[in-house]
Amino acid sequence: MTAVADRITGLAGALRAHGVRIGTGETVDAARAVEALGLADRELLREGLAATLLHGPGQRALFDSVFDLYFPRGVGGPRETPGDREDLRDRLARALAEDDRALMGRLAAEAVDGLGGYGSSPGSDGWSAYQTLDRLRPQTLLARVRADVRGRDGNGAGFTDRLLDDEIRRRIEEFRRLVGAEARRRVAERRGRDEIARRGVRPTADRVDFLFANRDQLAELRRTVAPLARKLATRLAARRRRAARGTVDLRRTLRSSLSTGGVPMRPVLRRRRPVRPELVLLCDVSGSVSGFSDFTMLLVQALHDQFGKVRVFAFVNRLDEVTGLLDHGRADPDGLGARIRAEATLTGWHGSSDYGVALGEFAERYGGAVGPRTTVFVLGDARTNMSDPNLAAVREVARRARRVYWLNPEPHAQWGTGDSAAPAYADLVEMHECRTARQLGALIARLLPV
Amino acid sequence: MFTSVDDVSARLAETGYLASPAVATTVFLAARLGKPLLVEGPAGVGKTELAKAVAQVAAARLVRLQCYEGVDESRALYEWNHAKQLLRISAGRDESWDETRTDIFSEEFLLPRPLLTAIRGDEPTVLLVDETDKADIEMEGLLLEVLSDFQITVPELGTVTATRRPFVVLTSNAGRELSEALRRRCLFLHIGFPEEELERRIVRLKVPGLGQALTESVVRVVGALRAMDLRKAPSVAETVDWAHTLLALGAGTLDETVVRDTLGVILKHQDDIQKAAAKLDLDAL
Ligand SMILES: Nc1ncnc2c1ncn2[C@@H]1O[C@H](COP(=O)(O)OP(=O)(O)OP(=O)(O)O)[C@@H](O)[C@H]1O
Ligand SMILES: [Mg+2]
Repeated sequence: MTAVADRITGLAGALRAHGVRIGTGETVDAARAVEALGLADRELLREGLAATLLHGPGQRALFDSVFDLYFPRGVGGPRETPGDREDLRDRLARALAEDDRALMGRLAAEAVDGLGGYGSSPGSDGWSAYQTLDRLRPQTLLARVRADVRGRDGNGAGFTDRLLDDEIRRRIEEFRRLVGAEARRRVAERRGRDEIARRGVRPTADRVDFLFANRDQLAELRRTVAPLARKLATRLAARRRRAARGTVDLRRTLRSSLSTGGVPMRPVLRRRRPVRPELVLLCDVSGSVSGFSDFTMLLVQALHDQFGKVRVFAFVNRLDEVTGLLDHGRADPDGLGARIRAEATLTGWHGSSDYGVALGEFAERYGGAVGPRTTVFVLGDARTNMSDPNLAAVREVARRARRVYWLNPEPHAQWGTGDSAAPAYADLVEMHECRTARQLGALIARLLPV
Repeated sequence: MFTSVDDVSARLAETGYLASPAVATTVFLAARLGKPLLVEGPAGVGKTELAKAVAQVAAARLVRLQCYEGVDESRALYEWNHAKQLLRISAGRDESWDETRTDIFSEEFLLPRPLLTAIRGDEPTVLLVDETDKADIEMEGLLLEVLSDFQITVPELGTVTATRRPFVVLTSNAGRELSEALRRRCLFLHIGFPEEELERRIVRLKVPGLGQALTESVVRVVGALRAMDLRKAPSVAETVDWAHTLLALGAGTLDETVVRDTLGVILKHQDDIQKAAAKLDLDAL
């Protein structure tokens, strides 16, 4: 069993390196699970280890990638001598038409073996999922698979025929994922799985840099908005309760003590004003940072009932209020960014960000939106394209507001490089690095007024 | 309790619960390792049903603590029967107070609630703490205590320790993030929407009259709806409801009219219905 124990330790170590908190209790349970389940069925083992090592759903995709490395489907290449590309495509088309997952898995292994190796002799330098998919082009099988399925089901007259294309696309997507897992496994055999498990595996979505997230990752992040908002709402409620317990109101304590002959029997706690804080968001929605600001806007929208009032403004080099667009956008979060960019006036005669002009426009046209109960969040990378940062406007907003925070999606080390005016703004208002959804959640929990 | 994962699947299936490999494996391990099982997942995927099915196959009594906002110790642990105590006090006017007090804080006046009930009996027990996320954080602290030691102290009576630990299932809809401490006590199981094959089997089991082709179509349409990023994706419960509806309507196959007329059974929000109708190319509603 010691080889297995090593695997479990390695697997747990790799998960920890990705931020999953696993204690010794969990590894002990994992070992007991392996003992109870045996090693014969890999999928049972996968479920058993997930049940003992993980504590929440967000880590499962990461877990699966890492599991595939430590408990691989097999060793080395496939036993079958790989056929040529056309033969592979034929068999893949059939597997896709029948939605045969097991066959798709075997074909992924053959494909990586036959098409994915690079170096002087195939595979001498490594295995590439990208190269495999580029040569095999599974996405071009759509028409063939469609015809195949229709032929089988009787020429596709039924209602569900309209679902077919999307279903096939999802199967192709699954095959691409299998190829990715197989290429990682082969590379890990050469370079050591600990290293690949730490570097070659996609982190959980909440740890991906907003600035580098691809479309899928952004979509995945959008799906975390509602649960994250619920989590933050409970935290805010707890902070509010704590704040409401408040301090002793001496005057009222003494007044009420008159009924007990001047002995203050029962301290009167100061009641908190029932007014809820107000929030203003100023969001740079230019291409470079839009992933970050879209996500943050959705999150704040989801939290809106925590506040007396929420107003949201978007800018590139002109600024416009988008509060209404955001309210109506709840049903279709994916389309939010596009709608804002289509319907609000955000650019003048050029398309790049100009913080100075936009902030000036805010102070001038919407200054009234900011009062002593308002907390202002500015979202953006503070890259002004070399134009005047207009510090006076920021100073003015800071003077009127209760607090102003600036959330910057760039790493701290890059503030001030090139055209970044971050240090100048950071002198006036509190600026925080906010690169990932995880960081954003922590900042919001801490900074949001209650 | 179970001899193997297959044993779990087979016996749950006899009660009408069709377990995915993940569900069967985790239930097996929870029984083997003697750990509580935390089941999370969207509404209507069979979390509650699972606990009931486990109780049935284990021939255990099911003790259920339904959580809600404000559920407290007196609802979860025990409570004294004040009315009865008062009656007793006024009945025994000529006893000393000491005698009365010992008497009214005895077993006879105790109202055990689910947690105490589950810990006390000798018979096999499944304790279902349902919708744990609806309870307040204080309740979680209480659960944590009970699930750590499986004992409960009633100051007036002493400490009750479980002679036989119940099989514990906690369910949550992730309405509120449960604390790390509670999660660590438990094996974790996420039940998502089932694979097509499993869902077809569930429909066949629950609505046997529906017919092969229509069952298949129903599951495919529901799968497409789930891929649409709706406000509320349809769950297994909705699939089964829809299948019942189609059977009642006597629909032989799916067509645009039938789907359009019954979309409200699967989708609960008006804007979801509109979005789905557009994406499924149904004519304007
Ligand atoms: N695997 C399954 N086998 C058989 N029936 C199932 C299964 N999954 C779901 N169902 C059906 O779905 C219905 C809803 O399940 P249940 O009430 O347990 O959902 P839930 O996950 O507890 O939802 P909620 O979060 O709303 O409480 C059940 O009545 C049952 O008919
Ligand atoms: Mg339930």
